[in-house]
Amino acid sequence: MTKRSYINGLPLVLLLSGMSTPAFAGSEDVVVENAWSRASIGVNRPGAAYMTVRNTGEDAVTLTGLTTPLAVMPEIHESKTNADGVSSMAPADEITIEPGQSVALEPGGLHAMLMKLQEPMTEGENFPLTLTFSDGGKVTVEVPILGIAARGPES
Amino acid sequence: MQRRHVVQYGAAGVGAVALMLGVGWWRVDGPGAPKPAGQRPLPLSAMDFRLTDHEGNEVGPETLIGRPTMVFFGFTYCPDVCPTTLSDISGWLEDLGDDAARMNVVFITVDPERDTVEAMAEYVGYFHPAIRGWTGPANQVARAAEGFRASYERVPTEGGDYTMNHTASVFLFDAKGELVTMIDYHEPREFAVPKIRRALTEDVEGAT
Repeated sequence: MTKRSYINGLPLVLLLSGMSTPAFAGSEDVVVENAWSRASIGVNRPGAAYMTVRNTGEDAVTLTGLTTPLAVMPEIHESKTNADGVSSMAPADEITIEPGQSVALEPGGLHAMLMKLQEPMTEGENFPLTLTFSDGGKVTVEVPILGIAARGPES
Repeated sequence: MQRRHVVQYGAAGVGAVALMLGVGWWRVDGPGAPKPAGQRPLPLSAMDFRLTDHEGNEVGPETLIGRPTMVFFGFTYCPDVCPTTLSDISGWLEDLGDDAARMNVVFITVDPERDTVEAMAEYVGYFHPAIRGWTGPANQVARAAEGFRASYERVPTEGGDYTMNHTASVFLFDAKGELVTMIDYHEPREFAVPKIRRALTEDVEGAT
C-alpha cells in the first residue's frame, strides 16, 4: 500500500522538482495519490477521473480548475443522492484543502468530469491531468485508464 | 364559574384534537403526503410498459415474472454514478456465483433519445453478462419509471449537452413480481448481497 502510493507519487515528485518555485504559497506541497479513470466508449460520452489530493504543507490550498489535452472541458463535478434516492450531478465549488487534510475524488462524490473528449480513453493508457490552484501553482498527474467496469485504483 | 372553566377546557380539547387530526390528514393524505418518488414500486404484475432489450427483443414487466429480478435506472452518458452502479452490481453478481444465472438483471435507460438499442448493447457488454439493457419510446420509459416509482429529469449542462438526474436505487423483486426490498446507491456489498439472496430465497419459498 505504502509502496504503491510512493510509486504513484513518483512521477509527480519528479515533475514538481522540475517546475516548483518558491513563489507558490501552498500548492507545491500538494500530493496527488491513487489517480485512476475508466475507459470510455468513443468520444461522445463524458469521462470521469478519480484521485486523492493531499495538502502536506502548512498553508490551505484551493483547487480552482483542471486542464488536460484529453478533454476540452474538464471540470470538477459532484454527484449527490438525495433522501428519495435520486442522484444528480453539478459542477462543484472551489475546493479548499486545509493543511494536513486531503480531499477524495471518488465514485458517487467529487470527480474530475472530462467533457468533450478529444480522443477515446483507452484501457491501459495514461493521460496527463493538471490541477490548478488559487496561488497560481499547477500540479500535473498521470492518470491511468482502467477498464469501464473498474471500481477503484486497485482493480 | 367552575362550570365555565370546564366548557373552556372542553373547547380547547376539541380544538387540540381537531388540530392533530388536521396535521395527520396533511401528512398522510393531504398536500404534506410523501411524493410518489418516495412510494414503494408497484408489483411487476400491476405495471404496464413495452420496451426493447439490447438484443432487439420486445420486453415488458411480464418478461420478468417467474424469476427473481433486479432493476435499476440510469443512462449510458452518465460518467460517474451509472458505471459505478453497474460495476457494483457486476461485483454482487460475481459474489452470487451460479445463483446470478437464476435472476433477471435489468438496466432501464432514462435517456432513450441517446440510448438506442445499439448504444445499450455496446454499453452493457462491458459489464456482467447477466445485465440486460432496456430502452424504448420516451412515453414507455416514463410508464416504466412510474411503475417503479422512479423519477428522472433532464438537466442542461454547459456546452449544450445535458445530463439526467434519476433514481439510483436498485429494486429487488421475487419470482412472483412482488417487491422484496431496495438497495440504496452506495450501499456496501455486505448489505447488498444478503438482500439479493433474500429475493432468491423468497423465490424458493414461493415455488414450494
